Amino acid sequence: MSEDFKNNKEIHAQSSETISGGTGGSAPDLDYVRPAEVSDQDLYHGHSFITKWVFCQDAKIIGIQYFCLATFTGIIGLILSWLMRLQLGFPEAAGFMTAEHYYQFVTMHGMIMVVYFLTALFLGGFGNYLIPLMVGARDMVFPYLNMVSFWSFFVAVLVLLASFFVPGGPTGSGWTLYPPQAILEGTPGSGMGIILMCVSLILFVAGFTMGGLNYLITVLQARTRGMTLMRMPLTVWGIFTATVLAMLAFPALLVGSLMMMLDKLLGTSFFMPTILKAGEVLEYGGGSPILFQHLFWFFGHPEVYIVALPAFGIISDLISVHSRKNIFGYRMMVWAIVGIGALSFFVWAHHMYVSGMNPWFGFFFATTTLIIAVPTAMKVYNWILTLWRGNIRMNTVMLWCLGFIVTFVNGGITGIFLGNVSVDVPLSDTYFVIAHFHMVMGIAPLMVIMGAVYHWFPLVTGKFLSEKLGKWHFWTTFLGAYSIYFPMHYLGFIGVPRRYFEMYDSPYMTSAVGMNEFISLAAFLVGAAQFILIFNIIKSLKTGKAAGKNPWQANSLEWLTPIVPPEHGNWGDRLPVVHRWAYDYSVPGAKEDFITQTTAPSEVTDTKVEKT
Amino acid sequence: MHAGIIFFLVILGSVLFHIFTPWYWTDIASNWGSMDDTITLTFWIGGGVFVAVCLFMTYCVFKFSYKEGRKAEYKPEDKKLERILTWATTIGVAALLAPGLIVWNQYVNVPKNAIDVDVMAWQWGWQYRLPGEDGKLGATKIVNINDNNPFGIILEDPYGKDDIMIQSDVINLKNNRPVKILLRSVDVLHNWYVPQFRAKMDAVPGVITYYWFEPNKVGEYEVLCAEYCGVGHYAMRGGVIVQSEQDYEIWLQEQQTFSELIAKQKKIELNETKLAKK
Repeated sequence: MSEDFKNNKEIHAQSSETISGGTGGSAPDLDYVRPAEVSDQDLYHGHSFITKWVFCQDAKIIGIQYFCLATFTGIIGLILSWLMRLQLGFPEAAGFMTAEHYYQFVTMHGMIMVVYFLTALFLGGFGNYLIPLMVGARDMVFPYLNMVSFWSFFVAVLVLLASFFVPGGPTGSGWTLYPPQAILEGTPGSGMGIILMCVSLILFVAGFTMGGLNYLITVLQARTRGMTLMRMPLTVWGIFTATVLAMLAFPALLVGSLMMMLDKLLGTSFFMPTILKAGEVLEYGGGSPILFQHLFWFFGHPEVYIVALPAFGIISDLISVHSRKNIFGYRMMVWAIVGIGALSFFVWAHHMYVSGMNPWFGFFFATTTLIIAVPTAMKVYNWILTLWRGNIRMNTVMLWCLGFIVTFVNGGITGIFLGNVSVDVPLSDTYFVIAHFHMVMGIAPLMVIMGAVYHWFPLVTGKFLSEKLGKWHFWTTFLGAYSIYFPMHYLGFIGVPRRYFEMYDSPYMTSAVGMNEFISLAAFLVGAAQFILIFNIIKSLKTGKAAGKNPWQANSLEWLTPIVPPEHGNWGDRLPVVHRWAYDYSVPGAKEDFITQTTAPSEVTDTKVEKT
Repeated sequence: MHAGIIFFLVILGSVLFHIFTPWYWTDIASNWGSMDDTITLTFWIGGGVFVAVCLFMTYCVFKFSYKEGRKAEYKPEDKKLERILTWATTIGVAALLAPGLIVWNQYVNVPKNAIDVDVMAWQWGWQYRLPGEDGKLGATKIVNINDNNPFGIILEDPYGKDDIMIQSDVINLKNNRPVKILLRSVDVLHNWYVPQFRAKMDAVPGVITYYWFEPNKVGEYEVLCAEYCGVGHYAMRGGVIVQSEQDYEIWLQEQQTFSELIAKQKKIELNETKLAKK
């Protein structure tokens, strides 16, 4: 402790960004890095199977636990989507399915994919595994809380799945859970189903808050020496900002769920006006259904970016590493992430243009929504400019990145249609919306997840995934998913409304029967293709090529642990010391085409490094 | 290399699909052609950006695929280029936003000569009410709704007496005359939507919402519920018949007003009491 104190005194003369030059007139020390301010973290090391693998406090294991459980719920969501597509494409083959079933599947598919799959996977999975490694920490700052976070998520999933087995089944109110229908008869699962959904969401938010605090404080407080904020890999920036959003947005969902439960169980009227049902006036009065929509979308829109920002960050790193080129415009990328995050709290009502809220809001929310397109477009430009004059490895990881760019730009541009208030009027509540959000926050983030899995699998397991299987997996997924959602926009132009169990013989639909069958077939194929990945993982774990240290020649810290795959505590005896940003690829004058973040300036004196 | 070709074909295929698609707008039958125009504009600008970005990406794949020994360019930032791109995007976005807001301004400002139409929704059906000769709809209350007063009109409201009640899920509208659709719901959210008219708005229990359009093509159209309202959502259909002024007036004469309904009910009640006395 006394040593730390002494070191602290010296720091005052140094800016944290300073990389060269000592104090006063002494000889410049090229490799100077500000000393540590706190002593090394003490970790709890598990000894038994239970403490090592089940109730584990190692963020890496917790990340894998999150990943596996999120993937498991994701597969349930996938199966539900198959059932929905069976009904839509081949209703005669889905005779067992009633309208109640269909709406329950729609609801559970939506909620599972957005919250229990994508959010849990990006923040819980990648966040836990990568944050401590990338910022050079030994673990998350509150390992015990982190463990509780995962097990809360586990219970939340159990409660969610339990709703399939209660009387009335799971809620069928649509993933937006709009009252009054969500808690009134006439909607499937309006009894136990909706209550369990609310309880599960509350548990998820509680658990997620524990995890989220960990991510934030780890990034803010536990970075290693030399790891300034503006040297962090964009993956960390994306996850960090998304977590800030989650901390601010999830409470709105929490109170919305709580208030709806009170309306259901205690007969309060937060969201319930006077209602006439089957000739009887119910004992509600004075509440506002639109209030719930405001609460829901105040959560719901940032939620889109809670999924998108980590994806933005991860894809930036993958593109940079595999193009052997620095990410173009790093500072712009950081500010775009932060700016998008901030703006995402001022756009929520663009989901509500035709909800019956005061129509004058439309002007404000259309403007803010289209402003957000500017930083988003800048990110896209910077990704493709990173490819420009790169040395692009056309491996599976890069394919997922390119697939992401195509689907994200496509979905982003249809977002401009829907965000632009009067254009939204004819398109809202049609299949155009379904196509848009699946492209932009279903397929595009999925491309990133897959790219990230192929990229970091060698780090987690020490083995490469099979490239050959990976390419099959990519092309079926990308081409299949694109041919599901690209034509689907045109169903929306015809005017086909969403959430229709059956279209009967509406003139809008009869012209599109063929397309619906085609979309369903593509959906079956894309779903099945995901099992290639599972097969690939099992096969590669057994017989995969050993990856060794830093197999992609990357710069960031997660690849630089003394033991690969990293063990508990990550760094062995000494924490790494960071001298530069994570993107010094192909620096003129350097021997190799990468300079790791831990390489001291004195080791590469004859290079022309522009940014540190 | 193969990857580049496939990506190129995907982009080309998207463009060709858009040009040759048999699935596009259902023919418009209202004044909201400006919405279609805004969408077409968005297609041109947005589609242009999509094609440009993806072609650039594909070009990079062809041109800069990995070669042993080649070194990538090292250029962390290019302030000038970033500035140009930011401004170009901002201008493009503004060009899209402006017409959007102009059309929205028209959408929220209802023309003075619009006829009010009360659209009442429930799980799962529609009925309609038109103002009588006074041109005004009577005020309503959900708790007033019963068999004798299917719209829940407040009996003391003088405007309500001559209201024309259409207890059917099909309504007739006059061609080339704007209508202000006043939506209300007695139970959950609904949305009265005719694809050919382009316009829509949710019906929310507890408040009255509105939108307007001017039908401009004689014909019959299907009404769809566009806001999920429970298990019968997909079956909640209705109809609109747009008629010339003459046909419309004939139809209108055949409809019953609220006072006629009350009178009829009273007559029935009177007969019943008479019968009971006998």
